[in-house]
Amino acid sequence: MELERRRLVGGSLSIGALTMLTGCDISDHDSVQRALALVSRFNDRVQAAIFRPNRLAPTFPEADAVKDFRYNAWYGPDTAPRQSAADYRLMLAGQIADKRPWTVEKLYTLPQVTQITRHVCVEGWSMIGKWSGAPLSEFLKRIGADTTAKYVGFECADGYYEGIDMATALHPQTLMAFKLSDDILPTRHGYPFKIRIPTKLGFKNPKFVTTIYVTNQQPKGFWPDRGYNWFSGI
Amino acid sequence: MTKVSTASAPEVSAASDLEVQTHPIAARITHWLMALAILTLIGSGWRIYNASPIFDFRFPEAFTLGGDVEDSLALHNDPGVASAIAWHFAAMWLLALSYLGFVLWNTITGHFWRDFLPVGPVSFWRDFTAAARFKLDHRLGEYNAVQRVFYWGVLGAVAMMLLSGIAIWKPVQTYPLETLFGGFQGARIVHFVFMSAIALFIVIHVALVILVPKTFVAMTLGRATAKPHKGGG
Repeated sequence: MELERRRLVGGSLSIGALTMLTGCDISDHDSVQRALALVSRFNDRVQAAIFRPNRLAPTFPEADAVKDFRYNAWYGPDTAPRQSAADYRLMLAGQIADKRPWTVEKLYTLPQVTQITRHVCVEGWSMIGKWSGAPLSEFLKRIGADTTAKYVGFECADGYYEGIDMATALHPQTLMAFKLSDDILPTRHGYPFKIRIPTKLGFKNPKFVTTIYVTNQQPKGFWPDRGYNWFSGI
Repeated sequence: MTKVSTASAPEVSAASDLEVQTHPIAARITHWLMALAILTLIGSGWRIYNASPIFDFRFPEAFTLGGDVEDSLALHNDPGVASAIAWHFAAMWLLALSYLGFVLWNTITGHFWRDFLPVGPVSFWRDFTAAARFKLDHRLGEYNAVQRVFYWGVLGAVAMMLLSGIAIWKPVQTYPLETLFGGFQGARIVHFVFMSAIALFIVIHVALVILVPKTFVAMTLGRATAKPHKGGG
């Protein structure tokens, strides 16, 4: 009842609105969504074309890094999946030569770098954080991934899934981040690691990764499946 | 009643002594495409703004573009921001292309220099104070100094929207473009400020068109005429 009334009020308000020309509910038509999806795929190609593999995202002084980094997900931090170092295994699939699973201990033997970069959320807010971890390119090399394939996909313990283009996967700043602000990545931020990509919007940075796969088929993404642009480079 | 003259003589047809306003097809098409793009960008931009407001307010949902918020939340946990962004990044191409077309066409044909120049602070102040006292005559086919300043202003504002928009869309690939605006957050604020300026322009522009409806006829059908009216408007 309350919902009905709100819609009625909203509907009559919109009659006077300038945006009426484009229509408030026009977005909900299937044909409109299909047309917008077509433009979004065109935008994927434009973004892939302007992405420069060796162009580094700006890095910031230590003082700018936020210690208490913002938590953001569609569920509360208390329900974030708890993974123990004893039980966790990173599974590998697709065009990878050595598909043996990795333990946390083994992941920590990878060479690590630290970078202070900016996380830009699709909603518009941004936050600078200090992440440490292994370059994804180094990991892909060690597992014998076919880096001529087009995409790298991720599956996560919280049901999240994402995928990125190979050029971004091989970018020097794309990390498997084991630490945030010098501390082991807290559960809510994706223990044992999150994929940290300063050249992508925040939602292309999956947490709690449990499977990495290499493929020529564009991997689906949790938010892209809900209408967000797939490439989402910045 | 004081008759305020403007910078240049009106385009008056010799035979009939009528004021004539004509807009070639290229100007009309690019004008209306820009109008459509800008309304779409403002509506979707307000929905995107609401997802993470810069200031202490949100735009009423009914004035934003991106589909039914409740339906979208129920369907995929997203308040229609996905659709708003899709609209925004589709309409940005339309605006960029129609704006470029408009500016190129006006430059090549000389319309800019012929009808929008000269303009200076003295003529602006003269016409502005006259308009404020409702004593500025509107003559079809002629642009007074206030109009000239407004048109240059809105063209500049759109350029700033495109530049700050690129800085927000691709802050890494275009770095250090964002530093022109004082960083990423600065670019968001600049984007908001010039959006407000354009919205204000639209309100005034549409109000004046309602006062002189023949300008709408000219911008749509290409030509409108009016008998010269004497005295202050």
